[in-house]
Amino acid sequence: MADTKAAEMKVKVVKEPSLMTGSVPTRDWWDVEAIFKPGNYCYPAKKSIVEYHGKNLPGLFGEPRDWEVESDDWVLPDNWKEIIINGIKERLDKFRSLKIFMDCCVRCGACADKCHFFLGTGDPKNMPVMRAELFRSVYRNDFTTAGRILGEIAGARPMTFKVLKEWFMYFYQCTECRRCSVFCPYGIDTAEVTMMGRELLHLVGVGTNWILEPAANSNRTGNHLGLQPHTFKENAEFLIDDIEEATGVRLESLNFNRKGAEVLFIIPSADVFADPGIFTFMGYLLIFEQIGLDYTISTYSSEGGNFGLFTNNELMKKLNAKMYAEAKRLGVKWILGGECGHMWRVIHQYMNTMNGPADFLEVPRSPITGTVFENAAATKMVHISEFTADLIHHNKLKIDKSRNDHRTVTFHDSCNTARGMGLLDEPRYILKNVCNNFYEMPENTTRDKTFCCGSGTGLNTGEIMDLRMRAGLPRANAVRYVADRHGVDMLSCVCAIDRATLLALNQYWNPEVEVCGVSELVGNALVMEGEKERETDLRFTPLAGMEG
Amino acid sequence: MRVLKAFIAVVALVLVALLVAQVPGGQSLLGIVLPYLAFAIFLGGFIYKVVDWAKSPVPFRIPTTCGQESSLPFIKQNKLDCPTTKTQVVGRMLLEVLLFRSLFRNTKASIHDGPQLAYGSNKWLWLFGLLFHYSFLVIVLRHMRLFTDPIAGFVAPLEFVDGFLEVGATTIYQSSFILLAAVTFLFLRRVVRPYLRYLSLPADYFPLMLIFAIGATGLLMRHVFRVDIVSVKELTVGLVTFSPAINGQIGAIFFVHVFLVCVLLAYFPFSKLMHLGGVFMSPTRNMANNSRMVRHENPWNDPNIKPHSYEAYEDEFREFMVESGLPVDKQPEPAPAEPEAGQAAPEEESKA
Ligand code: HEM
Ligand code: SF4
Ligand code: SF4
Repeated sequence: MADTKAAEMKVKVVKEPSLMTGSVPTRDWWDVEAIFKPGNYCYPAKKSIVEYHGKNLPGLFGEPRDWEVESDDWVLPDNWKEIIINGIKERLDKFRSLKIFMDCCVRCGACADKCHFFLGTGDPKNMPVMRAELFRSVYRNDFTTAGRILGEIAGARPMTFKVLKEWFMYFYQCTECRRCSVFCPYGIDTAEVTMMGRELLHLVGVGTNWILEPAANSNRTGNHLGLQPHTFKENAEFLIDDIEEATGVRLESLNFNRKGAEVLFIIPSADVFADPGIFTFMGYLLIFEQIGLDYTISTYSSEGGNFGLFTNNELMKKLNAKMYAEAKRLGVKWILGGECGHMWRVIHQYMNTMNGPADFLEVPRSPITGTVFENAAATKMVHISEFTADLIHHNKLKIDKSRNDHRTVTFHDSCNTARGMGLLDEPRYILKNVCNNFYEMPENTTRDKTFCCGSGTGLNTGEIMDLRMRAGLPRANAVRYVADRHGVDMLSCVCAIDRATLLALNQYWNPEVEVCGVSELVGNALVMEGEKERETDLRFTPLAGMEG
Repeated sequence: MRVLKAFIAVVALVLVALLVAQVPGGQSLLGIVLPYLAFAIFLGGFIYKVVDWAKSPVPFRIPTTCGQESSLPFIKQNKLDCPTTKTQVVGRMLLEVLLFRSLFRNTKASIHDGPQLAYGSNKWLWLFGLLFHYSFLVIVLRHMRLFTDPIAGFVAPLEFVDGFLEVGATTIYQSSFILLAAVTFLFLRRVVRPYLRYLSLPADYFPLMLIFAIGATGLLMRHVFRVDIVSVKELTVGLVTFSPAINGQIGAIFFVHVFLVCVLLAYFPFSKLMHLGGVFMSPTRNMANNSRMVRHENPWNDPNIKPHSYEAYEDEFREFMVESGLPVDKQPEPAPAEPEAGQAAPEEESKA
């Protein structure tokens, strides 16, 4: 749990002097140093983990070593500045986005109060424009005429250890959520700047363990937790027992690594072991069982999530490549993907470019409804919400909506599916068809303007709990609003990171509100053949009218 | 202080112009040499910058989707905020460029006891931004009266719409005053709003003050210190036809005005004013959200980055897999194979 009690935090965020609460900083931003203390930084990656990544992708992770964030000596290589400047040069040549975003910001401030990190901390450097300026100031110094000639007057400053510390602090107080980009008149996406910043930090061996260790696990065992194949399988099978207990039906269809299946189903691995993701997993299986889908789950490619996205594009590509490799090996026709936000950012916007063309697969076609998913014609991967919404639209699911009557539900758009894909109405369509009590959070906090859970991009680690609770405040506050007005007690989402982080966030800010995946609510509502009289939902909470 | 630095720069520029206009040959320098030079820098610099941007590829298709994607027939796509076709992208870009669509979304956040966060409507920046840009555009177009002979056809109707009252013999153009008012607003918000003051650089105040000074000298020239408009026109048409000459007494204020415009032109390509070009090339706005429909190519995609192979995975875990009934590609050999070098296990399992 967080270091600061919720009651105390409630006062702090309003009263504590900050740019959000109306107090004006007295020193110019470049004179304010980033000071690390316990609770405001993520632990550095272990030497062995960096070694492992360095072997797989030479040159991208710096020298493996032990170092302390609070120390003034990060044991950097002698030529670290040169590495960073050359790294910027390389990235300017590789990414037009970076060049444009460096050159075009007018500092109009439209993005300033759109970032949940700024809203929750009031720290000026959490305004997206300032976060980008931390990078841009160095860019100006080394890559622009004005900066070279005018120096400080042009807002330029050389790369120093002080700057590096700022980068490490503020590029890890950005969840790459892209909310700032929605409001920027030029679409400047600070998430993109953060990504570049993190790539550069990794070059000199500055990375966090909470990102690099799951990434290493994912590479070797197929999933973040490092579950080996047999354990992964056992975990999933264990849930079959739970489903039977709740519904009276023993599912037969769960299977692994089966060649010749029609569909490869890939989920964020948390769905097979972490509460409440496991209930979402039960939902998936119930859907597949009811429609008789010919699917298989892979233990080799058992992770939909991709912490490479939070590290560098090379690691992202390497981890993602398993999906197509496994689809090819198993000879499936197309791929179906579970509920996960950043997994879908990678699939939707990067996968086919990095690891395609997927010409060994077929254009996805629902075997149940005959719908051809033209929107996935090239990538050949369909989102479970698209798939389920289509089933419902064609009346292929037997649903008893009233089985979710014990819940009053709202929906959280995860940043990646909302702003990096546009998946907004599919989950809502499903929700409206499987539950009677559904309420939207306020307008400026949903859909393309959704607020991040506050702990995405590998920040959902225990050592920065206070920071996470602050960054999650805008989301939590919108949940509070519907909880108070409509009695909402269930926050649904289509993201595995959310299922973990919103749980902690709600326990802190809105203890009465639980968190679930959309497919869990579908699972609750499905009328299965041969089922017993249902008294509870999948998490063994009594249904409405069954409380006694 | 950052405002002061910008202010001093603009005042210095005005003084330099006033001074140079007095020395022999100074007027030719300000009226002929510098305009050519500034225009050349502007054009060259602008093109250089745009070409430089274009040289870097767009490796990934990364539109910011601000509305519903195109997926199923019964779910309505938001074609302008989440375009999938070229036409839809053009629609989105037109809204951005002509109406500042994204800026229109602007809100103002505040925190209250509770805690309670509120997001109020905040369209001032959008409104004054639009007023500023359009009045700037109208003024530039009106100036074409000076550079075309006979005067281009669009100028008269524009002047007619723009001029709303006459004072004596002079028409007053509203665009001039709107420009000054809008620039003043944009400046004041930077100084008054604490977070903007905090993040603003001299490079943010400078263009605003410069443009204000250009507008102000223009108005002064028109309404207070009248200049010999016949001579001015001779000069400006001369500039366009590459036969410039300064005849008669034009008045120093004109040269100040022209000098400041030259500075703006020459400054443009090296500054944030390049957003003029950048807005058209921003990948989060000018790309279709069709990355799952059509494959986007990345010219530097590295084919050597391969996944940790299934074979290596099975080699490492084969026995467990067989034991737990998972299918394997290769049956286990009697003596278990050594795990491949370089695939050493991370020390401990992650904490999730
Ligand atoms: C085409 C789409 C354009 C958009 C969306 C756009 C948007 C903006 C915005 C939001 C500002 C910020 C105002 C502020 O400083 O607070 C601005 C400033 C400015 N823009 Fe544009 N602009 C565009 C095109 C242009 C063009 C064509 C010009 C031509 C001269 C131009 C010149 C300026 C100038 C001079 C400023 C004031 C700079 C400053 O504030 O320091 N813009 N623009
Ligand atoms: S909204 Fe865009 S242009 Fe304005 S300050 Fe933010 S990043 Fe810069
Ligand atoms: S991407 Fe999200 S977290 Fe990062 S600066 Fe923008 S709004 Fe803040």
